[in-house]
Amino acid sequence: MDADGSLLRRLRDGDEQAFVALVERYHSSMLRLALSFVSSQAIAEEVVQDTWLGVLRGLDRFEERSSLRTWLFTILVNRARTTGAREARTVPVADAGPAVDASRFGPSGAWAVPPEHWVEQAENRIDAAKLSELLRGGLDGLPDRQREVVLLRDVEELSSAEVCEVLAISEANQRVLLHRGRSRLRQLLETELGGEPR
Amino acid sequence: MSFVSGLLRFRPRSRDLPCQVVVEMVTDYLEGALPAAERRRFEAHLAGCPHCTEYLAQMRETIRLAGRITPEDLTPQMRADFTDLYRHWRSES
Repeated sequence: MDADGSLLRRLRDGDEQAFVALVERYHSSMLRLALSFVSSQAIAEEVVQDTWLGVLRGLDRFEERSSLRTWLFTILVNRARTTGAREARTVPVADAGPAVDASRFGPSGAWAVPPEHWVEQAENRIDAAKLSELLRGGLDGLPDRQREVVLLRDVEELSSAEVCEVLAISEANQRVLLHRGRSRLRQLLETELGGEPR
Repeated sequence: MSFVSGLLRFRPRSRDLPCQVVVEMVTDYLEGALPAAERRRFEAHLAGCPHCTEYLAQMRETIRLAGRITPEDLTPQMRADFTDLYRHWRSES
Protein backbone atom coordinates (compact mmCIF):
# COMPACT_ATOMS: atom_id res chain seq x y z
CA MET A 1 0.00 0.00 0.00
CA ASP A 2 1.42 3.33 -1.05
CA ALA A 3 0.36 5.26 2.07
CA ASP A 4 2.23 2.68 4.15
CA GLY A 5 5.29 3.03 1.95
CA SER A 6 5.56 6.74 2.55
CA LEU A 7 4.91 6.36 6.29
CA LEU A 8 7.61 3.71 6.40
CA ARG A 9 10.09 6.04 4.68
CA ARG A 10 9.27 8.82 7.11
CA LEU A 11 9.54 6.45 10.05
CA ARG A 12 12.99 5.40 8.86
CA ASP A 13 13.94 9.05 8.75
CA GLY A 14 13.05 9.33 12.43
CA ASP A 15 9.65 10.99 12.05
CA GLU A 16 7.68 10.55 15.29
CA GLN A 17 4.42 11.65 13.66
CA ALA A 18 4.75 8.92 11.04
CA PHE A 19 4.94 6.40 13.86
CA VAL A 20 1.80 7.73 15.52
CA ALA A 21 0.02 7.73 12.15
CA LEU A 22 0.93 4.08 11.60
CA VAL A 23 -0.27 3.19 15.08
CA GLU A 24 -3.50 5.07 14.39
CA ARG A 25 -3.97 3.18 11.16
CA TYR A 26 -3.39 -0.33 12.54
CA HIS A 27 -4.13 -0.19 16.22
CA SER A 28 -7.73 -1.39 16.23
CA SER A 29 -7.08 -4.33 13.92
CA MET A 30 -3.99 -5.30 15.89
CA LEU A 31 -5.83 -5.12 19.17
CA ARG A 32 -8.75 -7.12 17.79
CA LEU A 33 -6.37 -9.74 16.44
CA ALA A 34 -4.37 -9.93 19.67
CA LEU A 35 -7.59 -10.39 21.63
CA SER A 36 -8.36 -13.61 19.83
CA PHE A 37 -5.17 -15.14 21.25
CA VAL A 38 -5.03 -13.79 24.78
CA SER A 39 -7.53 -13.69 27.59
CA SER A 40 -7.88 -10.02 28.42
CA GLN A 41 -7.93 -6.55 26.93
CA ALA A 42 -5.02 -5.50 29.16
CA ILE A 43 -2.83 -8.36 27.93
CA ALA A 44 -3.84 -7.67 24.32
CA GLU A 45 -2.82 -4.03 24.74
CA GLU A 46 0.55 -5.14 26.10
CA VAL A 47 1.03 -7.45 23.13
CA VAL A 48 0.27 -4.60 20.75
CA GLN A 49 2.71 -2.25 22.50
CA ASP A 50 5.32 -4.97 22.54
CA THR A 51 4.73 -5.51 18.81
CA TRP A 52 5.30 -1.84 18.01
CA LEU A 53 8.49 -1.86 20.02
CA GLY A 54 9.54 -4.94 18.05
CA VAL A 55 8.71 -3.10 14.82
CA LEU A 56 10.82 -0.10 15.80
CA ARG A 57 13.71 -2.30 16.88
CA GLY A 58 13.49 -4.38 13.72
CA LEU A 59 13.15 -1.44 11.36
CA ASP A 60 16.77 -1.57 10.22
CA ARG A 61 16.48 -5.25 9.42
CA PHE A 62 13.11 -5.05 7.62
CA GLU A 63 13.92 -5.60 3.95
CA GLU A 64 10.44 -5.08 2.54
CA ARG A 65 10.27 -8.53 1.01
CA SER A 66 6.81 -8.67 2.52
CA SER A 67 4.49 -5.70 2.90
CA LEU A 68 4.69 -3.63 6.05
CA ARG A 69 1.26 -4.91 7.09
CA THR A 70 2.22 -8.54 6.67
CA TRP A 71 5.36 -8.00 8.69
CA LEU A 72 3.47 -6.11 11.39
CA PHE A 73 0.73 -8.72 11.73
CA THR A 74 3.21 -11.59 11.69
CA ILE A 75 5.11 -10.08 14.63
CA LEU A 76 1.82 -9.47 16.42
CA VAL A 77 0.48 -12.98 15.93
CA ASN A 78 3.75 -14.59 16.99
CA ARG A 79 3.85 -12.53 20.15
CA ALA A 80 0.19 -13.02 20.92
CA ARG A 81 0.57 -16.78 20.43
CA THR A 82 3.55 -16.91 22.73
CA THR A 83 1.76 -14.81 25.32
CA GLY A 84 -1.60 -16.54 25.15
CA ALA A 85 -2.31 -20.02 26.34
CA ARG A 86 -3.53 -20.60 22.81
CA GLU A 87 -1.32 -23.55 21.97
CA ALA A 88 -2.61 -25.41 25.00
CA ARG A 89 -6.08 -25.36 23.50
CA THR A 90 -7.16 -27.65 20.72
CA VAL A 91 -7.45 -25.85 17.41
CA PRO A 92 -10.73 -26.60 15.65
CA VAL A 93 -10.86 -26.04 11.90
CA ALA A 94 -14.11 -24.11 12.13
CA ASP A 95 -17.49 -24.48 13.67
CA ALA A 96 -19.61 -26.62 11.39
CA GLY A 97 -22.56 -24.24 11.05
CA PRO A 98 -23.98 -23.76 7.55
CA ALA A 99 -23.54 -20.51 5.61
CA VAL A 100 -27.30 -20.00 5.64
CA ASP A 101 -29.69 -21.44 8.19
CA ALA A 102 -31.15 -24.74 6.96
CA SER A 103 -34.67 -23.53 7.75
CA ARG A 104 -34.46 -21.19 4.77
CA PHE A 105 -34.34 -24.06 2.28
CA GLY A 106 -37.08 -26.45 1.24
CA PRO A 107 -36.72 -30.24 1.18
CA SER A 108 -35.10 -30.14 -2.30
CA GLY A 109 -32.45 -27.68 -1.09
CA ALA A 110 -33.95 -24.77 -3.05
CA TRP A 111 -34.51 -21.43 -1.33
CA ALA A 112 -37.76 -21.32 0.64
CA VAL A 113 -36.95 -17.95 2.22
CA PRO A 114 -34.68 -16.33 -0.38
CA PRO A 115 -32.28 -13.50 0.43
CA GLU A 116 -33.88 -10.07 0.46
CA HIS A 117 -32.41 -7.45 -1.78
CA TRP A 118 -30.25 -4.97 0.11
CA VAL A 119 -27.09 -4.66 -1.98
CA GLU A 120 -26.55 -1.06 -3.19
CA GLN A 121 -28.86 0.10 -0.42
CA ALA A 122 -26.57 -0.48 2.52
CA GLU A 123 -24.82 2.85 2.33
CA ASN A 124 -28.04 4.78 1.76
CA ARG A 125 -29.92 3.24 4.64
CA ILE A 126 -27.20 3.52 7.19
CA ASP A 127 -24.35 6.01 7.47
CA ALA A 128 -20.72 4.95 7.13
CA ALA A 129 -19.92 5.29 10.83
CA LYS A 130 -22.93 3.19 11.85
CA LEU A 131 -22.08 0.59 9.21
CA SER A 132 -18.50 0.37 10.52
CA GLU A 133 -19.82 -0.03 14.04
CA LEU A 134 -22.25 -2.73 12.96
CA LEU A 135 -19.57 -4.68 11.12
CA ARG A 136 -17.04 -4.26 13.93
CA GLY A 137 -19.66 -5.72 16.27
CA GLY A 138 -20.19 -8.56 13.81
CA LEU A 139 -16.46 -9.22 13.64
CA ASP A 140 -16.21 -9.27 17.42
CA GLY A 141 -19.03 -11.80 17.52
CA LEU A 142 -17.22 -14.26 15.24
CA PRO A 143 -15.37 -17.26 16.66
CA ASP A 144 -11.69 -16.34 17.14
CA ARG A 145 -10.28 -18.21 14.18
CA GLN A 146 -12.87 -16.84 11.77
CA ARG A 147 -12.35 -13.31 13.06
CA GLU A 148 -8.60 -13.56 12.53
CA VAL A 149 -9.01 -14.55 8.89
CA VAL A 150 -11.81 -12.12 8.00
CA LEU A 151 -9.99 -9.27 9.71
CA LEU A 152 -6.75 -9.82 7.83
CA ARG A 153 -8.29 -10.76 4.54
CA ASP A 154 -11.34 -8.52 4.15
CA VAL A 155 -10.75 -5.64 6.55
CA GLU A 156 -6.98 -5.26 6.08
CA GLU A 157 -7.11 -6.70 2.56
CA LEU A 158 -4.09 -8.98 2.78
CA SER A 159 -3.84 -11.62 0.05
CA SER A 160 -4.75 -15.21 0.89
CA ALA A 161 -1.06 -16.15 0.75
CA GLU A 162 -0.22 -13.36 3.20
CA VAL A 163 -2.99 -14.43 5.58
CA CYS A 164 -1.75 -18.02 5.52
CA GLU A 165 1.75 -16.78 6.24
CA VAL A 166 0.71 -14.54 9.13
CA LEU A 167 -1.51 -17.12 10.79
CA ALA A 168 0.53 -20.17 9.76
CA ILE A 169 -2.51 -22.01 8.37
CA SER A 170 -3.14 -23.84 5.09
CA GLU A 171 -4.96 -22.28 2.12
CA ALA A 172 -7.80 -24.77 2.51
CA ASN A 173 -8.21 -24.02 6.20
CA GLN A 174 -8.12 -20.31 5.46
CA ARG A 175 -10.92 -20.67 2.91
CA VAL A 176 -13.15 -22.60 5.32
CA LEU A 177 -12.68 -20.01 8.06
CA LEU A 178 -13.18 -17.15 5.62
CA HIS A 179 -16.35 -18.77 4.32
CA ARG A 180 -17.88 -19.19 7.76
CA GLY A 181 -16.92 -15.69 8.87
CA ARG A 182 -18.08 -13.94 5.71
CA SER A 183 -21.33 -15.89 5.73
CA ARG A 184 -22.07 -14.72 9.25
CA LEU A 185 -21.32 -11.11 8.36
CA ARG A 186 -23.60 -11.37 5.33
CA GLN A 187 -26.36 -12.71 7.54
CA LEU A 188 -25.84 -9.83 9.94
CA LEU A 189 -26.17 -7.31 7.10
CA GLU A 190 -29.26 -9.03 5.76
CA THR A 191 -30.87 -9.05 9.18
CA GLU A 192 -30.03 -5.40 9.64
CA LEU A 193 -30.77 -4.13 6.14
CA GLY A 194 -32.95 -6.71 4.40
CA GLY A 195 -35.86 -6.63 6.77
CA GLU A 196 -36.44 -10.35 6.61
CA PRO A 197 -35.32 -12.18 9.77
CA ARG A 198 -33.77 -15.58 9.25
CA MET B 1 -15.27 -29.00 1.88
CA SER B 2 -16.82 -31.77 3.94
CA PHE B 3 -20.10 -29.98 4.56
CA VAL B 4 -20.69 -29.60 0.82
CA SER B 5 -19.67 -33.10 -0.08
CA GLY B 6 -21.89 -34.33 2.74
CA LEU B 7 -24.84 -32.54 1.19
CA LEU B 8 -23.88 -33.71 -2.28
CA ARG B 9 -23.86 -37.31 -1.17
CA PHE B 10 -27.56 -37.07 -0.50
CA ARG B 11 -28.23 -35.96 -4.04
CA PRO B 12 -25.92 -38.00 -6.21
CA ARG B 13 -28.14 -37.97 -9.30
CA SER B 14 -29.17 -34.36 -9.30
CA ARG B 15 -27.89 -32.49 -12.37
CA ASP B 16 -28.47 -29.04 -10.99
CA LEU B 17 -26.86 -28.07 -7.71
CA PRO B 18 -29.33 -27.32 -4.91
CA CYS B 19 -29.22 -23.73 -3.66
CA GLN B 20 -28.25 -24.99 -0.21
CA VAL B 21 -25.06 -26.44 -1.71
CA VAL B 22 -24.40 -23.40 -3.89
CA VAL B 23 -24.23 -21.05 -0.89
CA GLU B 24 -21.53 -23.27 0.61
CA MET B 25 -19.45 -23.02 -2.58
CA VAL B 26 -19.48 -19.23 -2.85
CA THR B 27 -16.16 -18.58 -1.13
CA ASP B 28 -14.32 -21.29 -3.05
CA TYR B 29 -15.80 -19.78 -6.20
CA LEU B 30 -14.71 -16.25 -5.33
CA GLU B 31 -11.26 -17.55 -4.34
CA GLY B 32 -10.89 -19.33 -7.66
CA ALA B 33 -10.55 -22.60 -5.79
CA LEU B 34 -13.33 -24.59 -7.47
CA PRO B 35 -12.24 -27.29 -9.91
CA ALA B 36 -13.33 -26.42 -13.47
CA ALA B 37 -16.22 -28.90 -13.58
CA GLU B 38 -17.64 -27.64 -10.28
CA ARG B 39 -17.22 -24.06 -11.36
CA ARG B 40 -19.24 -24.78 -14.50
CA ARG B 41 -22.03 -26.39 -12.46
CA PHE B 42 -21.95 -23.45 -10.06
CA GLU B 43 -22.20 -20.93 -12.88
CA ALA B 44 -24.89 -22.95 -14.66
CA HIS B 45 -26.95 -22.87 -11.48
CA LEU B 46 -26.47 -19.12 -11.07
CA ALA B 47 -27.61 -18.52 -14.63
CA GLY B 48 -31.00 -19.99 -13.75
CA CYS B 49 -31.34 -18.89 -10.13
CA PRO B 50 -31.93 -15.23 -9.28
CA HIS B 51 -31.83 -15.94 -5.54
CA CYS B 52 -28.36 -17.46 -5.62
CA THR B 53 -27.25 -14.67 -7.94
CA GLU B 54 -28.50 -12.23 -5.32
CA TYR B 55 -26.74 -14.23 -2.63
CA LEU B 56 -23.42 -14.06 -4.48
CA ALA B 57 -23.86 -10.30 -4.94
CA GLN B 58 -24.48 -10.00 -1.19
CA MET B 59 -21.32 -11.90 -0.36
CA ARG B 60 -19.37 -9.60 -2.68
CA GLU B 61 -20.98 -6.57 -1.04
CA THR B 62 -20.20 -7.96 2.44
CA ILE B 63 -16.52 -8.24 1.46
CA ARG B 64 -16.53 -4.72 0.02
CA LEU B 65 -18.15 -3.24 3.11
CA ALA B 66 -15.76 -5.10 5.43
CA GLY B 67 -12.93 -3.40 3.54
CA ARG B 68 -14.42 -0.05 4.42
CA ILE B 69 -14.50 -0.55 8.16
CA THR B 70 -12.71 2.45 9.58
CA PRO B 71 -10.22 2.05 12.42
CA GLU B 72 -11.37 3.29 15.81
CA ASP B 73 -9.68 6.52 16.88
CA LEU B 74 -6.86 6.42 19.36
CA THR B 75 -7.73 8.04 22.67
CA PRO B 76 -5.50 10.99 23.69
CA GLN B 77 -4.05 8.73 26.40
CA MET B 78 -3.12 6.08 23.84
CA ARG B 79 -1.52 8.69 21.60
CA ALA B 80 0.52 9.88 24.54
CA ASP B 81 1.50 6.30 25.45
CA PHE B 82 2.64 5.51 21.92
CA THR B 83 4.54 8.77 21.64
CA ASP B 84 6.32 7.79 24.89
CA LEU B 85 7.00 4.34 23.48
CA TYR B 86 8.61 5.92 20.42
CA ARG B 87 10.73 8.32 22.47
CA HIS B 88 11.76 5.52 24.78
CA TRP B 89 12.95 3.53 21.76
CA ARG B 90 14.82 6.55 20.35
CA SER B 91 16.66 6.99 23.63
CA GLU B 92 17.62 3.31 23.67
CA SER B 93 20.09 3.58 20.81
